[in-house]
Amino acid sequence: MLGLTLKELSLAFREGRISPTELCRKCLNHIKKTQHLNAYITVTEELSLKQAQESERRLLRGVPKGPLDGVPFAVKDNFCTKNIRTTCASRMLKDYFPPFNATVVQKLLDQGAVLMGKTNMDEFAMGAGSIDGAFGPVKNPWSYTEPYRTLAGPEASWVITGGSSGGSAAAVASLTSYLALGSDTGGSTRNPGALCGIVALKPTYGLLSRHGLIPLVNSMDVPGILTRNAGDASLVLSLLQGHDVKDSTSVPAPYSPADLPEKLDVRKICVGIPKEYHALGLSPETLAEWSRVADLFEGAGARVEQVSLPHTQHSIVCYHVLCHAEVASNMACFDGVEYGHRSSIDSSTEVMYATTRHEGFNDVVRGRILSGNYFLLKQNYQHYFVKAQKIRRLISDDFRRVFSAGVDVLLTPTTLTDATCYRDFTQEDNRTRSAQEDVFTQPANMAGLPAVSVPTALSSRGLPIGLQLIGRALEDHKLLSVAQWMEQEVAFPSISVHYTYRESSDTI
Amino acid sequence: MAASRVAANELFLNIKLMPKRYPKALFLFRQISTSRPHCDKQPEPRTKSAPQQLVGVVGLEIHAQINSNTKLFSGSPVRFSAPPNSLVSFFDASLPGTFPVLNRRCVEAAVMTGLALNCTINKRSYFDRKHYFYADLPAGYQITQQRRPIAVDGVLTYSYFGGRKRSQMIRKSVQIKQIQLEQDSGKSLHDDARGQTLIDLNRAGVGLMELVMEPDMKSGEEAAAAVRELQLILQALGTCQGNMSEGQLRVDANVSVHRPGEPLGTRTEVKNINSIRYLSRAIDYEIQRQIDAVQSGRTVQNETRAYDSKSGETVPMREKEGLQDYRFMPEPNLPPLIVYEDNASLPTGIDPSQAVVVQKIKDRLPELPGVKRDRLVQTYGILPEHSFTLVNEDGLMEYFETLMKTTQREPRKVIGWVTNELLGHLKQRDMSVSQSPISPAHLAELLKLQETGRISSSAAKQVFQEMWRSGGKTASQIVQEQELGLVHDVAQVHSICQKVVDSHPDEVYAVRNGNKKVLNKLIGLVQKETKGRADPVLVKEILLQMTQ
Repeated sequence: MLGLTLKELSLAFREGRISPTELCRKCLNHIKKTQHLNAYITVTEELSLKQAQESERRLLRGVPKGPLDGVPFAVKDNFCTKNIRTTCASRMLKDYFPPFNATVVQKLLDQGAVLMGKTNMDEFAMGAGSIDGAFGPVKNPWSYTEPYRTLAGPEASWVITGGSSGGSAAAVASLTSYLALGSDTGGSTRNPGALCGIVALKPTYGLLSRHGLIPLVNSMDVPGILTRNAGDASLVLSLLQGHDVKDSTSVPAPYSPADLPEKLDVRKICVGIPKEYHALGLSPETLAEWSRVADLFEGAGARVEQVSLPHTQHSIVCYHVLCHAEVASNMACFDGVEYGHRSSIDSSTEVMYATTRHEGFNDVVRGRILSGNYFLLKQNYQHYFVKAQKIRRLISDDFRRVFSAGVDVLLTPTTLTDATCYRDFTQEDNRTRSAQEDVFTQPANMAGLPAVSVPTALSSRGLPIGLQLIGRALEDHKLLSVAQWMEQEVAFPSISVHYTYRESSDTI
Repeated sequence: MAASRVAANELFLNIKLMPKRYPKALFLFRQISTSRPHCDKQPEPRTKSAPQQLVGVVGLEIHAQINSNTKLFSGSPVRFSAPPNSLVSFFDASLPGTFPVLNRRCVEAAVMTGLALNCTINKRSYFDRKHYFYADLPAGYQITQQRRPIAVDGVLTYSYFGGRKRSQMIRKSVQIKQIQLEQDSGKSLHDDARGQTLIDLNRAGVGLMELVMEPDMKSGEEAAAAVRELQLILQALGTCQGNMSEGQLRVDANVSVHRPGEPLGTRTEVKNINSIRYLSRAIDYEIQRQIDAVQSGRTVQNETRAYDSKSGETVPMREKEGLQDYRFMPEPNLPPLIVYEDNASLPTGIDPSQAVVVQKIKDRLPELPGVKRDRLVQTYGILPEHSFTLVNEDGLMEYFETLMKTTQREPRKVIGWVTNELLGHLKQRDMSVSQSPISPAHLAELLKLQETGRISSSAAKQVFQEMWRSGGKTASQIVQEQELGLVHDVAQVHSICQKVVDSHPDEVYAVRNGNKKVLNKLIGLVQKETKGRADPVLVKEILLQMTQ
């Protein structure tokens, strides 16, 4: 039951074969059993059951609100949920209850979907491991599956989910939710999607409203969609997309059907392989997988071409300047006056600000605020911010050139390697890790393009490897069509085949 | 929308502490006294005798609150003196995940103001964030237009009465560097006794137009005249109500002194000015203070000073130490602000009712003060000085025009009544035209009585005084009650004249011998007898007969 696609589930609901309440209970139980994953910061048990019961009544009367009526979903804890704690995995917002719903959350609720809870993440989405949050690290469900236990050896410790939307990825991968919302600024949805073996879509910038998404980098943030297959992602996208008056950067959705074509004719598709993505640190296994899938396309009659995106290599450093500068600005509202943590040390306004922010933010956030303010100083602005903006334009132009030359999608790895053990991952600091982890995903954010990570195989350690497709702006539907074709070809083994529960989070 | 719902969890806007340093604090070092006596008379910054005299240089930064029902980036209502924190949307309180949505009405107001001030309207302008921490600035930054404002390169022409007797109209102009759209901040109330600062966010996010006037002015008088003209323009446009005491129009003055031809001296910024009169005084005080400093070999500090209206002095404001770096960056949540020249230049897919179209705003421009004055001069044949007074005094032009509709008298005869008698009475009592106890209709009646010869001109002034005092009585009533009407009865006038002639034989003799001037004395004596009520034409006629 937990492994059904959204369409199958919706049909089962309508035909009365599955009851939303029963499914909700099942998911809640499952959340309890997988508590050691630390995927959720808040589980909205009572509310979930109430919503499921309401959904059940609608389904019994034959008037479901939409195709998602009764479907359990999870939301990253940086989306505002009305009267439900929204923490951004930070002490700063540990007791913050927003008075409104994010637009994308509201749209899912309007469809009758059932909220299971708020998922864990890196503090304020700053990270690529989901280990730098105030509520502890998220563990990758694949750490507990047969393949990994067998192949990596009994001594192998648990692996990370990637991040920053690791909780959402873990929730979908461990089958406690059918879909989850993440956010994607430099790869935060696709990266954990790849490491957790699920489909992770970063839509075109502006296609989904950011209203209610607590910002990291406003000009790059997009709500991300995490599902178990491309078809589900397409369905969810069709329900969430569109202009929102509360977000002036959102755009109207182009017309596209909610359904993906059953069998895409890839002979009409041109797949670009960016040569610069043969990056340092790319694991031989991931590289091999990349070639294998490229060959699959070619074998099916697609045109596969090597292309060049020469400015991509500067993307990460450019991203860090722009990101830190915006972080410095966006975080300025957390001063302890209107909401959030307020320090008890308040001998003056300035002291109150300083101690509130020191106590509320972790080192990563404070470090970015510090460097961001440095980049924005009058004497530095031209040297850093303006230069970074220019490079951003060049990166964007690289993509435009390639796409206007006839390429439909770019095929790249999503991450350098499969998931790393927590123990190894924490050897490096957050900044270095972010720089390494986002190398393939980040340029799409710079250019505002849609990109999706699709799991294609298990590594020799029994962990998922994902590949990324990048498409033209506002051609999200076409992108997902290609993703689905790929999904059909690679026949990635679903986690439900392998997953074995561990009742406690013990040794590994 | 209600802040109270936020308050349930977190939003209690009450910081327990005394601020130590604020970047724009209103705490002043109060100077107990200065050695120099306070000048009541207008200081004269320019003296004509010495060619190398120091002169003042004045530029202005003006914040005009946009007259709009809702705030610049949120749907919260804009109202003065509403209960604290009752007009606060989630965005105004900067709740995370809320974004600015630009209010078209505010853009139109800025474009209209720009057009009225002969500015170039930038078809594409941008919003930027200006960062500083302040308790009544919830986001930690203000959204403003630093890089490319909506309007630039304008000019404002203004006039004032100058010269020795303040009777000469002097015409000047000042360059408008730019008009930018930006957010207002909230208000901080410092409770010193309890060491608390209370925050009211009702004003947070209200739309402002910041107008920057180049340092083209030389004195408080000029600055005051320029601001008054701007105020009249804004009020005529309806883009700002322009009330300085309610903070709808806030003026900061940049003041320096130099010798003409030499580079400008170090400037100070004078704040905390809440009326045009204080603006003039504050600037003149500051110019004189700087001249004194330079002449006695001291240097002028680059600092912010506040005007203390009680002492009439400017005093240094406590400021944050070191340089304030605002760390400007583009506002990422707002696309570029695009305005279109006309409907023809609208790209397809843009709804004309949603777009800001310059031509449409041009077509809606109302009559501006300068045009009004020209029209008054042409229509009524009055002097430019009169038209200036009519337009610059709130409601006086409307009063005059209403009056002109109901009276048959010549405008030149009427204007004096309005600009001298009426305005004089109002000024003396610090009243506005709308508070006048004498309505245009009542004044028209008085003028009619004078014109038709029912009362003399001197009696008319008496009647006016009485109308003012009684507040509501008509001129006819007063004339009747106090018997101020002219005496036309020949027999009655004849007998009074006879009395005067009989008792002044010397004067009669002189008149008979050809000294006609003495006749006036006799006329005066008759009028004295009748308290000025005798028909002067009749009196003269009779006296002439009697002295033949």
